[in-house]
Amino acid sequence: MAENNNLLVKLDNCGVYKSSKWIVRGISLEIHKGKIVTLIGPNGSGKTTSAKMILKILKSDEGQIKNFASKMAYVPQKINIDWTMPLRVVDFMKLTSHINNLEIVDALKLTGVDNLLYNDIHNLSGGEFQRVLIARAIAKKPDLLVLDEPVQGVDFNGEIALYNLIKKICSTLNCGILLISHDLHFVMSATDHVICLNGHICCSGTPRSIVKNSAYIELFGEHNATTLSLYQHDHDHSHETDGRVTNNV
Amino acid sequence: MFDDFFTRALIAGIGIAIIAGPLGCLVIWRRLSYFGDTLSHSALLGVTLAYSFSFNITFSVFIISAVVALLLINLQKRTKLAGDSLLGLLAHSTLAIGLVLIGFLTSIRFDLMGLLFGDILAVDVEDITIVYLGGATILLILYFIWKSLFSATVNYDLSAAEGMRPEVSNFIFTLLLAGVIALSIKMIGALLITGLLLIPAAIARNISSSPRQMVISATLAGVVSVIAGLFVSLEINTSSGPSIIVVALLLFIISLIPLEIKGQLQK
Repeated sequence: MAENNNLLVKLDNCGVYKSSKWIVRGISLEIHKGKIVTLIGPNGSGKTTSAKMILKILKSDEGQIKNFASKMAYVPQKINIDWTMPLRVVDFMKLTSHINNLEIVDALKLTGVDNLLYNDIHNLSGGEFQRVLIARAIAKKPDLLVLDEPVQGVDFNGEIALYNLIKKICSTLNCGILLISHDLHFVMSATDHVICLNGHICCSGTPRSIVKNSAYIELFGEHNATTLSLYQHDHDHSHETDGRVTNNV
Repeated sequence: MFDDFFTRALIAGIGIAIIAGPLGCLVIWRRLSYFGDTLSHSALLGVTLAYSFSFNITFSVFIISAVVALLLINLQKRTKLAGDSLLGLLAHSTLAIGLVLIGFLTSIRFDLMGLLFGDILAVDVEDITIVYLGGATILLILYFIWKSLFSATVNYDLSAAEGMRPEVSNFIFTLLLAGVIALSIKMIGALLITGLLLIPAAIARNISSSPRQMVISATLAGVVSVIAGLFVSLEINTSSGPSIIVVALLLFIISLIPLEIKGQLQK
């Protein structure tokens, strides 16, 4: 299969066992170059744990992981930087890679925070810090980019711009992206593969197929499920879905 | 020039301050000050063993500190007791074992005060050689693992995900800490080593805005404390180790002034 050359990560029935219970189990998925895979699911459903397994931060306690990515970049959900560590944005950008200031400024421009280059990282707002985190990951030019709730704390317009940026990065760097997101609108409109998680994989597939899935509707409630179907309907003007939407309501 | 005991003390002390600068920054960034204390308490056991079996003191202290550090890592995996409880457990039990063993060493006259507070004025050329060779080794290793260690200090997951192998550098860092304690126990003493690691780094934090700046300032602050402390001790005839720490404390208080002014300006 030609697609195999593009395979970055393959999880086969993986899981993490901690404090005598399975945090997640039975996770099988593939991430390919130039594709966006999204994990959605309620709080505590194991999204971050699954991402950490893919990033080799956590070991899988069963199953098999194949990781062909040569450079991974990570935007974690939460980072607390202690005050005792004096750190400017420019220092943070160089954290795990040797890049020059020009590349740093370019990356910061993409997320609109190049004016903060020499600012103290402790004085950034939540949204600004998030933009720096994303810029840092992009500046690494990874072939696998993992973003855990990347736009939290970012204002509404910024959110859309950042999601568009993520989409653009995916094609310009031809990297695979694993995204954990609550923004179902973006998930449904821009990702290639959606995985619905709740301790195990409830359902997965293309955004189009997943909104029809009863497991998905159960997990997110009819209201959200319908919003999304309507959203899709708005944009492809397909009359086939019309009936299904009304069925869900 | 090595003939003079005071010059020897200066050279040895400056050497230790240079090693303590970067390591001290890591200790306060990682909130490991109590860990440093534990290692230096256990160093006492190392010294006792060195006397009992006539080992080299530096070597013996390094081995014991390293063993204690590894024990701690191992214990953390086995029990759910908090880190500070485990540190206290190890610190006081190794200290106690050391003191019990001293009781058996009736044949040797033992200078307990010297052990607790060090005697930098008694260093000989061999001690200086050990400090500089050992120090150069520690700093060289630190240079090679710095990126990994530093990124793991900022965020462990991020460092691990991006291939920095933080588990390896963390392990090496623990050994380096044991190393600096072994090198300085004779001069600064078990009770004051952590002070020489922490206080210069704390001074540096008050006046730095980047990690590199902080490492350099911490090293300078340490060197200044050693030089000034030794001259003070010579001048007014006080014990040298504590004098160094007192000078460092004074520098720390002075370093608070720029912060204070900045705060006033921002109001």
